[in-house]
Amino acid sequence: MDRPRGIGGVTVDAIIVGSGPGGSTVADILTAAGWSVVIFEKGRNHLIDLEHPHRLADDFSNDEIKFTNRHFLGPDPFLEPRTFRTGPEDGDHSFVGDVNSIPSTVGGGGTHADGKVPRFREEDFGLLSTYGPQPGASVADWPLTYADLEPFYANVERRIGVSGDAAANPLAAWRSGPYPMPPGPSMYGAVLSTAAAETLGYHPYPAPGATNSVPYDGRPPCNNCGFCAFFGCPIHAKGDPVAMLQRALMTGNAEIRPETFVSRIRTDGRRATGVGFIGPDGVERSMDARYVVVAGGAVETPRLLLLSGFDHPLIGRHLMVHFQTIAAGGFADLRFHAERGRAVTHLHDDAVVPDDASRKAATQAGLPWMRGGIVEHGGPGLPILEAKLYRWGPTHKENMRRSPLRDRLWAFTMQGEDLPVATNRIDLDPTVRDVRGFPVARYTYKPHQHELAASAHHGPRMAAILEAMGAEWTSVATSPGSVEGPGGRASVDAPMSRHVMGTVRMGEDPATSVADSNGCLHQLSNVVIADSSVFVTSSGYGPTLTLAALAARFATAMVS
Amino acid sequence: MPTWLTIEEYRTLTAVCERLIPADQTPGAAEAGVPDYIDGLLGAFSFDPPRIWAGGSFSGRHGGQPGFARFHRLAALDELAWRTRIEGSLGRPEREFNGVVVGLQERYREGLAALGPDFCDCDPDEQDLRLRSLATFTQLVYDHSCEGMYGAPEYGGNRDAVAWSGIGFAGDVEPRGWTDHEVSEA
Ligand SMILES: Cc1cc2nc3c(=O)[nH]c(=O)nc-3n(C[C@H](O)[C@H](O)[C@H](O)COP(=O)(O)OP(=O)(O)OC[C@H]3O[C@@H](n4cnc5c(N)ncnc54)[C@H](O)[C@@H]3O)c2cc1C
Ligand code: SF4
Repeated sequence: MDRPRGIGGVTVDAIIVGSGPGGSTVADILTAAGWSVVIFEKGRNHLIDLEHPHRLADDFSNDEIKFTNRHFLGPDPFLEPRTFRTGPEDGDHSFVGDVNSIPSTVGGGGTHADGKVPRFREEDFGLLSTYGPQPGASVADWPLTYADLEPFYANVERRIGVSGDAAANPLAAWRSGPYPMPPGPSMYGAVLSTAAAETLGYHPYPAPGATNSVPYDGRPPCNNCGFCAFFGCPIHAKGDPVAMLQRALMTGNAEIRPETFVSRIRTDGRRATGVGFIGPDGVERSMDARYVVVAGGAVETPRLLLLSGFDHPLIGRHLMVHFQTIAAGGFADLRFHAERGRAVTHLHDDAVVPDDASRKAATQAGLPWMRGGIVEHGGPGLPILEAKLYRWGPTHKENMRRSPLRDRLWAFTMQGEDLPVATNRIDLDPTVRDVRGFPVARYTYKPHQHELAASAHHGPRMAAILEAMGAEWTSVATSPGSVEGPGGRASVDAPMSRHVMGTVRMGEDPATSVADSNGCLHQLSNVVIADSSVFVTSSGYGPTLTLAALAARFATAMVS
Repeated sequence: MPTWLTIEEYRTLTAVCERLIPADQTPGAAEAGVPDYIDGLLGAFSFDPPRIWAGGSFSGRHGGQPGFARFHRLAALDELAWRTRIEGSLGRPEREFNGVVVGLQERYREGLAALGPDFCDCDPDEQDLRLRSLATFTQLVYDHSCEGMYGAPEYGGNRDAVAWSGIGFAGDVEPRGWTDHEVSEA
């Protein structure tokens, strides 16, 4: 088999840092164009045989201990902690450990996301011109439009393998063609919750899914095993991003190097020349390349730029994390059996688009405008997670049998748009180190008044749908944690949402952005950022399809 | 014979687990093997490969080649992490890059000792009182008990999937999965 030529001092065409959905999309496109590519991945490989013919691995399983209690897909918070604080008033940090990390493994977060991959709406790319500024936030337009990105959305939907119904969501942006696959089966609870939502005037639809509903790309359809979000798929029915990595490897132009941490991007002052990395043997080495593509995710990417000594003052700033509002309801007479199927099969987008009620709520909160996010119907139903919620003692087993917090509970989660705020940021922690001795990423984050007001407005509305379904009780919670009303103080816990964005902001002006509209750093044009770091605003949609579409656009620009 | 705990400690742990998840019409933590799950974690490195991550893709309970019992090999960094978590940092610099780590073995040894040598012979009310007075330790054992109880039997607990059947949960279901009808209907 041909090997990329970076080994032994010869320059490869591109080094890609990170093998998640962003890096995999780039690898797929570059290798198809004949480029030699080396993908560095700090996590382990449990996805695919790195030798020809690149059979898919059999390491994934329906195992709640391995995946959600023992860090099988990494990052292990002992080896690679992160730190968190709400602001300098907390000191260096108020928490050390797992701060909403995404798997660190070949395939990145794609391996264990349950893969709801909607597109953004047209106005998500032009919030400033559509709605205007927000005090205290850096709302701006993207340097590209939905129309610019639409062909790439269609392209990555085919590469990943997305199932969906193009006619089902009246609030969706226009699209040039149908989904590659029809939607899979609806969760039983979603059959009930979508009916209730419709009676209240909402527009639920089958979530576009990066899971096969029919055989696709040589992989089988999903068989509804139920261990989906937080688990690797044992039968490889998730397309995100295994299909792209397998295709890239099959060209013979790509090499994946797992357990290899890129510690620095090397430059000659004008251009990047390659990277320095540390492999499984712990020895520091370097490799040269014409391009360095950074796709480490919106936390690790700015960390690598900072570790490399890059000094643009906006690196790491405008960190955005979807503000989650969770409404739960109890149903004594129903059993939802959420352990069967993909957990979340339906969404509605009504909270994304301002209406009279939300405009009024915004005015009352003193905000010019306000937007929520997608509302996910349901969630996984696994017993270890549930068991830990109950009190120990004689009531434990009766609770587990009756299951008020799993089998008789239905929930909605809104992934609320988080405004870009310059003081919300990733930087290097002054004292905490990873196992290799490098400073870890530190979050400094608190929500803007906008997120709190949008949550306060939409939370009770989600609870009302649960009541229309017949819930006996409902409750609303948020992440980051409980917050007081308008003017109140944000709580101190780290946000739970794994939708992280915005830390290497893209734009035309080097004074207000770090990367350009092709993902290239203004300062070093052969460093391409191919993940959600470049997002200008967060929208209220899961970031993965959009970051893959951007990665496809950036890679296409590289090869043309 | 327990793997890592002494016979005495194992007895006390069994009594503790049974207070946390007592038997009623279905078996409690003791009969389900939860103490073996915890002892298996504390002694994970007496096996090769260490019993940290069960294998894939299937258990064999619903078809396919059984693979869970074939535990994964650990990479060097995984071994460092899990040894440190279990054994503690023991003054070794490579385990203390962010400070001293107290291992699970030490926490269990001290926690079980603090419950008193007569714990097994106390009446349930007295046992609960002692457990409540050691809230942090009790929470640790409870979290592990939930894992051992409702996790895959290959880790030593949930013997014969008794805890899953007790709550009507099918457990791991690949490669059989569920039919579309089973997903969408009541
Ligand atoms: C449980 C769960 C559910 C989710 N559900 C959804 C969903 O429904 N919809 C949605 O849109 N999103 C979802 N997400 C988020 C989704 O996983 C991420 O948006 C996506 O994985 C980001 O892709 P990425 O390629 O940018 O980065 P990642 O997937 O984070 O991949 C980056 C990779 O780079 C590696 N890396 C980083 N730094 C270095 C370095 N210096 N050297 C070497 N390697 C490095 C990391 O180890 C990692 O493997 C979910 C996430 C989780 C955890
Ligand atoms: S529910 Fe489907 S896609 Fe998800 S892990 Fe199971 S088989 Fe794979």
